[in-house]
Amino acid sequence: MQRIDECRWLIPQEGQMKAPGIIYSSEELLRSMAGDESIKQVANVAHLPGIVKYSLAMPDMHWGYGFPIGGVAAFDMHSGVVSPGGVGYDINCGCRLMLTNLTRKEVKPLISQLVTALFQNIPSGVGSRGRLKLSLKEEQEVLVSGARWAVKQGYGAEADLDATEDGGAMAAADPEKISPRALERGREQLGTLGSGNHFIEVEVVEEIFDETIAGVFGLVPDQVAVMIHSGSRGLGYQVCDDSLAKMVKHVQKLGLALPDRQLACAYIDSPEGRDYLAAMACAANYAWANRQMLMHWTRENIMKVFNKSPRQLGMRLLYDVCHNIAKLETLPVDGKEQTLCVHRKGATRALPPGHRDLPSLYRQTGQPVLIPGDMGSGSYVMAGTDQAYQETFASTCHGAGRLLSRTQAMKDGRGRFVTQELAAQGIIVMAGGKETIREEMPGAYKDLDLVADVVARAGISKKVARLRPLGCIKG
Amino acid sequence: MRYQLFPHTADLGVLIYGASVAELFSHAAFAVFDLMTELRLVAPKREMTIQAEGLSWEDLLVNYLREILYLYQGRGFLACDFSRVTLEETMVTAQFRGEMFDSRRHRMFREIKAVTYHQLAVGLSPSGWEARVLFDV
Repeated sequence: MQRIDECRWLIPQEGQMKAPGIIYSSEELLRSMAGDESIKQVANVAHLPGIVKYSLAMPDMHWGYGFPIGGVAAFDMHSGVVSPGGVGYDINCGCRLMLTNLTRKEVKPLISQLVTALFQNIPSGVGSRGRLKLSLKEEQEVLVSGARWAVKQGYGAEADLDATEDGGAMAAADPEKISPRALERGREQLGTLGSGNHFIEVEVVEEIFDETIAGVFGLVPDQVAVMIHSGSRGLGYQVCDDSLAKMVKHVQKLGLALPDRQLACAYIDSPEGRDYLAAMACAANYAWANRQMLMHWTRENIMKVFNKSPRQLGMRLLYDVCHNIAKLETLPVDGKEQTLCVHRKGATRALPPGHRDLPSLYRQTGQPVLIPGDMGSGSYVMAGTDQAYQETFASTCHGAGRLLSRTQAMKDGRGRFVTQELAAQGIIVMAGGKETIREEMPGAYKDLDLVADVVARAGISKKVARLRPLGCIKG
Repeated sequence: MRYQLFPHTADLGVLIYGASVAELFSHAAFAVFDLMTELRLVAPKREMTIQAEGLSWEDLLVNYLREILYLYQGRGFLACDFSRVTLEETMVTAQFRGEMFDSRRHRMFREIKAVTYHQLAVGLSPSGWEARVLFDV
């Protein structure tokens, strides 16, 4: 690897690679990845047909399967491919941040009560089932309309859709392309948080970096907000699984030599490619409906615990972004606009100020970018930049990125009372099982501040605010 | 040893061992349920049969593990007896005994989202059959 500058590292194009790789990182963060295979995975992605310019990795990069987590790659619409492994099993896994008028002082005395209410009233954990029993027809509507379906059912308001990437519904979703197994798994899980790294976290704004943008976003010091991290649940996993099985065979038929079977793919402009994108859009829409419902129930619980009206609480969705997705986007390539299929596997879209797809509120500031860290560390709110638009296919990082393997985290967590340790820091955590808490404990992830620093120094997003956790529910 | 974990940053890497291919496949099923749930709380009350086919050992193992994951994810079945696994040419048939998941009695450790193809390998080593699988969790 060659160092390009302070924050960029080049993997030269070699052998069968069709483009070079570029990793956004610092020396310190790169050191934490020594011994894992993420750098090789960045190079592997560059073997895929029709890749445009380079295979990218964001500073939160770590070892995934197929693509690295934190990987970004764009493909030409005619000569390029779409790869389900470049999206991942949890299609449209993403984050949303809901703001309130509450302050730290008001929330602190009631935080245990709030976390308990959220934990009791929002289905979470392994094997959790939703409260709804959808008919097949209703489920198909969810797959086509996404968050819009949820709003129509009374879970939130029209304004929530404006503050959601793609308005909470991707076009070209076709439920006919979804298997009966995926439909079956989706039917009972809508409105569930899930397990693993999914969470609902009550946070407080601790520091403002950019007053002007924070003003537009509606962020002020000491304000309380709620971060929701969830995805498309079993429906998405099944769509990815079904599509991969088909594409592994398809790749053999095409005679494509790939360095990893998990990179199985199909040309974007082929029936197999189109079928996947139509099925993937369904799962993405399911995820947006899911997060919309989770937010609605969060609002209900806050109203109950604080005994205030929605108006008094001023609850408003700042933004909802997905970080596991493939999207057709028009972006500049060597100064000319071109439609590309951008894969973001653990990466967030970061549109620049003035972009046509931004809601009018954020037209001047750039897109809000949400970057959560681990349980102890809170989150950053950042804003998209023109540099990301020119350089990283309008993409930036999606979190802190795992540092420890799950086995290592379990070992390190043995004999420790992680929940108590967090409580001593004033962070109330409730989770379904102690295994999740150990695997997700503070220290299992990279230092969020280091990741955000690289992002800001590289100019692919601007720091707006830093939030600290007060309480959290985990699946 | 039936299986052990190998370190992977994001997911669960599993090395599975068996004296024969049939035993390897039986231990693979054990590994999945042992990683997901407290197996001693699952009773062998009913039987479920799954079948899978493949173009190679690796392909067969992945397709088989997909069916196993679906037993729980799609049908809510937890298996605890994995002794009846038979292989015939390119097909594996397994009759598992266990019971339906009951949140009041069973304890789930984690969700396994899917079985991946990343660095998948099945082979015969001097000490017997060995498989390397990465689960997305």
